[in-house]
Amino acid sequence: MTTLLSIAIDALAFGMVLFIISVGLSVMMGLVRVVNLAHGAFAMIGGYIASTMLVDAGAGFALSLLVAVLGTIAILMPVEYLLYRRIYRNADAFTQILMTIGLTFLIIGIANTAFGPTSKPIPLPSALSGPLDIGFRSVPAHYLLVIGCGALTALALWFILEKTQFGTRIRASVDNAAMAEALGIRTEILYAAAFALAVGLAALGGVLGAQLLPIEPYYALRYMVVFLVVVSVGGAGSILGAIAASLILGLASTLGKYLAPEYGDFFFYLTVIIVVFIFPHGLLGAKE
Amino acid sequence: MSGAIKKGKSPSGTPDWIKGEAAALALMAASAVVGYGFFPDDLGLLTRIIAIACLVLSLDLVMGYCGVITLGQAALYGTSAYAVGNACIAGVTDPIALLAVGIVAGALTGVVSGVLITRFSGLPQLVISIAFGQLVAALANKLSAFTGGSDGLSGIAPSALFGVFDFDLVGNTSFGFSLAVLTIVMMLLLRFVRSPFGLMCRGIRDDALRARMIGTSVYPRLIAMYAVSGAVAGVGGALSAINVGVVGLDSVSFELSAEALVMLVVGGAGSLWGALFGAVLFQIFQHIVGAASPFQWMTIVGLVLVAITLFAPKGIYSVVRRGVGIRRWQAPS
Amino acid sequence: MAGAVMTELLRLANVQMAFGGLRVTQDVSFTLSGGDRVGLIGPNGAGKTTLVNLVTGDIRPSAGRILLEGEDITHSSIAHRVRHGLVRTFQITRLFRTLTVADNVALPVLQRRGLAGRFLSSATERPEVRAEWMEILSVVGLEKRAYDPIDVLAYGEQRLVEIAIALALKPKVLLLDEPAAGVPHEEAHRVLDAIAALPRDIAILMIEHDIDLVFRFANRVLVLANGALIFEGSPRDAALDDRVRSAYLGSYADARRPAQG
Repeated sequence: MTTLLSIAIDALAFGMVLFIISVGLSVMMGLVRVVNLAHGAFAMIGGYIASTMLVDAGAGFALSLLVAVLGTIAILMPVEYLLYRRIYRNADAFTQILMTIGLTFLIIGIANTAFGPTSKPIPLPSALSGPLDIGFRSVPAHYLLVIGCGALTALALWFILEKTQFGTRIRASVDNAAMAEALGIRTEILYAAAFALAVGLAALGGVLGAQLLPIEPYYALRYMVVFLVVVSVGGAGSILGAIAASLILGLASTLGKYLAPEYGDFFFYLTVIIVVFIFPHGLLGAKE
Repeated sequence: MSGAIKKGKSPSGTPDWIKGEAAALALMAASAVVGYGFFPDDLGLLTRIIAIACLVLSLDLVMGYCGVITLGQAALYGTSAYAVGNACIAGVTDPIALLAVGIVAGALTGVVSGVLITRFSGLPQLVISIAFGQLVAALANKLSAFTGGSDGLSGIAPSALFGVFDFDLVGNTSFGFSLAVLTIVMMLLLRFVRSPFGLMCRGIRDDALRARMIGTSVYPRLIAMYAVSGAVAGVGGALSAINVGVVGLDSVSFELSAEALVMLVVGGAGSLWGALFGAVLFQIFQHIVGAASPFQWMTIVGLVLVAITLFAPKGIYSVVRRGVGIRRWQAPS
Repeated sequence: MAGAVMTELLRLANVQMAFGGLRVTQDVSFTLSGGDRVGLIGPNGAGKTTLVNLVTGDIRPSAGRILLEGEDITHSSIAHRVRHGLVRTFQITRLFRTLTVADNVALPVLQRRGLAGRFLSSATERPEVRAEWMEILSVVGLEKRAYDPIDVLAYGEQRLVEIAIALALKPKVLLLDEPAAGVPHEEAHRVLDAIAALPRDIAILMIEHDIDLVFRFANRVLVLANGALIFEGSPRDAALDDRVRSAYLGSYADARRPAQG
C-alpha cells in the first residue's frame, strides 16, 4: 500500500513537470500546427540560465527563476521571428522536423561550448531542499513546489484561455484560423504571444524539474521525444488533455522504474503505443 | 523523375531503368577506383558509409515513396545487426548467409514496424514510430545476453568471402563486398520503384484516399513496403556487423534514426539517388568536422539544417537535379 | 433497348446517418439499375454529398443497408466497393499530384487487372496496359497530355482525368459529384461529352446544381431536402412538384432562367 502511494507521489511530481513543460507545446501545436522538436531545448535553456544565476551569480531562487523564464523568452523571440514564422500553419512535415531538429542540435552544441558536458545543478532554497515527512515516507520537499506550480499553471492557463480576450482569440484561432483572421484577429501577434507563453512555461518547467530531468547538453535530445509524446497523447491544443496525458505517462514511467527498472523506458513507450492506437488524436481529441 | 511512364518507350529506345542501373554500375566502378586508389587507409570509413547508406535508402522507401514520417528506422537496422552478430557467433560464418540473415531479420522487424507505424498518418504516426524505436532500444539494453547491453556485441568473425577473401583489418574485402552489395541493392531498388507497386506507393503518398478510391487496400500495401524497407535496412545492419565485428546500442538509437532522417532530407527524399547522395555527403562531412569534437559537429549540423530549411527545402540533391514532391503535413485523419 | 430487363445494381434501404444528435440522412431508399441516368438534386446542405459518401464507404450509416448487385456492402471498405464496381469522382479533384496524367490513369488500370502488386516488372509498360490507358485518354481527349504532370493541367482537364480514372476502373455504378463544377464555361462541354460517352449499361448518379444539365442528362431525378428523399421521378415531374418547389423556395426558379450567352 505504501508502495502504491509512493509510486503515486513520484508519478504526480514527474507528471507535473511534464505538464508544465509540455502544455506550451500543446497550445502551440494546436494553434500553428508546428511539430516543434526543439521545445525540450527551450526548457534546457531555462535550466542553464537559472543554474548560472544561482551558482555563478549567487542570486536567490525566485530571482533566478524569473530571470530564467524572461531570459529564455528574450533569447527565443528573435528565433520565432526569423524562423518559426515561416513554418506556421503551412509547412510540410519534413521542413518542420528538419528545422526544429537543426535548432535543437544548434542549441545543444552551443550549450556544450558554453557550459561543458556535465550536468548543471539547480540548488534549491533550503526550505525546499530537504526531505519532507508526509507520514508513510519522506519525499523531497521540492515535490511540493513542483506539484503546486503544476496546479497553478493549469489554473492560470484555464483562466487565461477562458476568461481573457487573449485566450478567446487563441481558442478562436485554434478552432478556425481563417475565420479568426477574417474577423480581424491579428494572428501574427497572437502567435508570437502564444510562443512566448509556451517558451516561458518550458523554461519554468525546465528549472523546476531539474531534480528529475537534470540539465545537461543532451537534455534537449533526450527528452525531445517525451514532450512530443505527451502532447500527442493528450491531444494538441487541449489543456485538459495535456494534464491527463502528463499524469498517465508520468505514472507509466514511474511504474516502469519501480517494477521493472532494468527494462528502462520499455513499458513507458509500450503504454504510448497502446494509448495512441486507441486514441490516435489524443485522449481528448485534437482541435482542428 | 516525374513518373514511371516516360515518352518514347518503344522497344528500340533505351528505357529509363536501364539508364538508372547503368549509372549505378558506373558509380560503383568509380567508387571502387576512388576508394582503393585514393583512400586505401580509410576503407573502414567508406565501408561504414555504405552500411549507413543502406539505412538511408530504406528510409527513403517509406518516407520518400510512401510519405510515412518516421523517427524509428534505426530499429530495423540495429535489430538486423544484432541478429547477424548472434548468428555469426552461433556458427553461421559465411558472409552471404549472414547477409541473408540480416535481410530476413530486417524484413520481419519491418513488418512489425509497418503494422504499428502505418496504421495512422501525421502526428500519431510520428509518435508511434518514435515509441517503437525507443522500445526496441530499451529491449536491446535489457536483453544483454543477445546484445551485450551497453558493452555491445563483439567477437563477430565472419569467414572468408567465397572461401577466398578474408575480412581483415585493412578492409579490402569489406569495402569491395559492401560496394558490390550496395550496387546490387541499388539496381534492384531502381527497378522496384518503377514497378507498379512502387508507383502505387507514390500514389498513396500523394493521396491515400484517392488510392482507396481506385481499389487499393492502403494499409497492407504500406506494410509490404515496410517489409522491403526492412530488408534493405537489414542489408545495412548485416554489412555493419560483418565489417566492423561489433554491434553497439548506437545502432538502435534515436540519434541514428534522427541522423538518417537528416541525411535523407538533406539529400532529397523520393529519388533514391538523393538518399545515397545525402548519406555519403553527410558522413564525409561528419568525418572531417566531427573529428574535432562531437559538440562542434552538432552546432555545425544544426546551422546547416536550419540553412537548408530556409534556402533549399527540397534537399541539396534537388538543387542539383529537379526534385520530387514533398508531403504536406496533413491534419490527422 | 425497349423491353430489356435491366439488372438492379445498387440498392439503398432505409439508410440513415446521424452526426451527434443531428440527423443528416433520413431514411433514404432508392435503387439504381443498369442504364439509369439519375440526377441527385436538392438545395444546398440537403446532404447530397453525405449520401454519396455513405454509398462509397467514406462514412458508415447509423442504420439501413446498402447492396451492390445483391451483396451487402454496408460495412465494406472503400477499396472493396471500388473493386466490385462502385466508383465515384470527387467534387474537388483528387488526383495523384506528383505523378503524370498517364500514371494517374495507368494505376487504376493496373489495379483492376491485378497487376498493382508487381514488385520488379515494368508492368506499366506491358502492351495491353499501355493500350488501355492510351485509349481511355483519347476518349476524354487528353492523349496529347499523357506525360504531363498533373499540376500543369487546366482545371477542366484535371476533371477529365478524374473521369478517365473512373473509366479505367470499368465501373458498374458511377457516382459523379458535380462533375462540371468550377470548370470554365468553354471547357465544360468536354466534361459533358466525356460523360455522354460512358458505357450505356452502367448506372450513373450525378449530383448537380445546374438544372439544365440535369435535364439533359437524367432520365430520373432524386430530390433531397434536409437529408430526406422528397421526390423521385422524371425531371419534368420534378419541376412541377409542389414539394420540390417549396424545398428550393426561390432558388429553383432562378435556376430555370435561360442561360446567358
